[in-house]
Amino acid sequence: MSDASLIDELPGELLMWVLIVSELLVFGAGLIAFMGVRLTDPAGFAEAQSHLYRTGAALNTGVLVTSGFLAARALRWRQAARRGAARLALISAALLGVVFLIIKGAEYAGKAAQGISYETHPFFLFYYLLTGFHAAHVLAGVAILLLVAWRDDPRNIEAGGQFWHMVDLVWILLFPVIYLLG
Amino acid sequence: MKYESQKVAYAYFAFAMGLFAIQVIGGLLAGWIYVSPNFLSELLPFNIVRMLHTNALIVWLITGFFGAAYFLIPEEAEREIHSTKLAYIQLAILILGTLGVVVTYVFNLFEGNWLLGKEGREFLEQPKWVKAGIVVAALIFLFNVSMTVLKGKKTVITNILLLGLWGLALLFLFAFYNPGNLSLDKQYWWYVVHLWVEGVWELIMASILAYLMLKLTGVDREVVEKWLYVIVAAALFSGILGTGHHYYWIGTPGYWQWIGSIFSSLEVIPFFAMMAFAFVMVWKGRRDHPNKAALLWSLGCATLAFFGAGVWGFLHTLHGVNYYTHGTQITAAHGHLAFYGAYVCLNLAIFTYAMPILKNRDPYNQVLNMASFWLMTGGMVFMTFVLTFAGTVQTHMQRVVGDYYMDVQDQVAIFYWMRFGAGLVVVIGALLFIYSIWVPRKEVIEPGVVETPAE
Repeated sequence: MSDASLIDELPGELLMWVLIVSELLVFGAGLIAFMGVRLTDPAGFAEAQSHLYRTGAALNTGVLVTSGFLAARALRWRQAARRGAARLALISAALLGVVFLIIKGAEYAGKAAQGISYETHPFFLFYYLLTGFHAAHVLAGVAILLLVAWRDDPRNIEAGGQFWHMVDLVWILLFPVIYLLG
Repeated sequence: MKYESQKVAYAYFAFAMGLFAIQVIGGLLAGWIYVSPNFLSELLPFNIVRMLHTNALIVWLITGFFGAAYFLIPEEAEREIHSTKLAYIQLAILILGTLGVVVTYVFNLFEGNWLLGKEGREFLEQPKWVKAGIVVAALIFLFNVSMTVLKGKKTVITNILLLGLWGLALLFLFAFYNPGNLSLDKQYWWYVVHLWVEGVWELIMASILAYLMLKLTGVDREVVEKWLYVIVAAALFSGILGTGHHYYWIGTPGYWQWIGSIFSSLEVIPFFAMMAFAFVMVWKGRRDHPNKAALLWSLGCATLAFFGAGVWGFLHTLHGVNYYTHGTQITAAHGHLAFYGAYVCLNLAIFTYAMPILKNRDPYNQVLNMASFWLMTGGMVFMTFVLTFAGTVQTHMQRVVGDYYMDVQDQVAIFYWMRFGAGLVVVIGALLFIYSIWVPRKEVIEPGVVETPAE
């Protein structure tokens, strides 16, 4: 039963790990495809990238990492039987998720105002696909954080935290590749 | 047989096997028309033969699923089926619909009639009254099995099986929506076609396979359930957005090319997991189950599904590749091995396991049954290779060089001849399978005595 015991050693929910690995495969494949297509038109990609709002994205990185920190604290506090503090941390983490979405929404609105859509350039196709898909996960994450703040069994908080850290991690992969890579 | 009502499955399996025979003979006929195109062109045109071949396949596979559900749910739920009468009414509706379809197609009756005429949407050609009949039959079925499970023990296997069967029935409702816009028509058409075979059917497949593994290998239920959860999660994660790989060239927005390519590439994972699952269970299992043929079909199912659906699907799923291969014989190669591996073998595995139990006797003459496995599988794999070569040549000549379609068809005729030969072997195998299930009453080879090695 060696394989079963190896799986048993994983902390938290097995299915959440399946989801996390699947998500990383999808975003990883998306980023590889992005880099591949970028090779065919480096100048066009650089030009398109210059239209991005980097300050907002950097701010969003801070927002999301702080939110992840709060979610991580929430589990520790819940394990220490400080339920109120844990709940507060989870709700704050969810609110920071909402802040992320507001900044992201402003970014999208700015693009739309400039007449930029996913059909403008392949760069923007990937930009909208990858950040849009990520934003959808942030939205789901906010709902999950609020759900585990309500049903605050430590195992639930752990599973919610697992998901939220995955959303965090994906953003940290997307941010440099899409916004910064020159 | 622990529960009397499991007997219902017997009638379902009998009907399914009858249609299976018709399906493969129809396939052989279609294969002959490929090499001799004017054969029966007035009496039974190719498009009708193809419709019979594909429609019969779908109907017998679903009938087999229904039968499998009626067979395994009583054992899992530990109670009799809610109503055997309803189960037989359901089967009668399915048989009536099938007869109606065959008569309507063959004699081209009621052409253009909104209720009685065939509807001309590939695979969903059934007249509207037959579609309605399918929905009624599905509702009866869902009511019947859901009531059984609700009143009985709930296991992961039955939960996943029910999820798959509910999904199958609900997604079929999109068959009734036929918008005038051809792009939208295709978009919704795939909600049935793709989300069946690359979505909910995979749940049905995984749960039936899990049941067979549980019975044949004697591995702990807990272990089987853990695998089942992972397989189902991977199947749904990749399969739902994987629908995008059908949206490359039908007029849907360009982002589907990347969504479809990425997600459908991941569809290999659940099929790989199912294959790994089946083999790991056999290695771990301590039970020496007498029905070796059922085990062969189960392992064959998981392996051939991985190659047919997984590998041959991946072969042309990336949009950069599919731009050239779309609608060539590569698609036909994939279609044949995927359906055979995933769903035909699965049904034949559960028939092989259940029929001796339903007939209340030992699994006689497994030699013939296993021979039929190798005949059918050998034929089908040969056909897959032949069609893949035909498709490769076709892709190059037609899509790269730019030759005319019919000129290219002449050039690949040799492959169609070989496909006909392969098809003949499959038909012989299928008929041998049916014979081995129904007729022999004694074993050809006396099984040896299992010796326990000295400690």
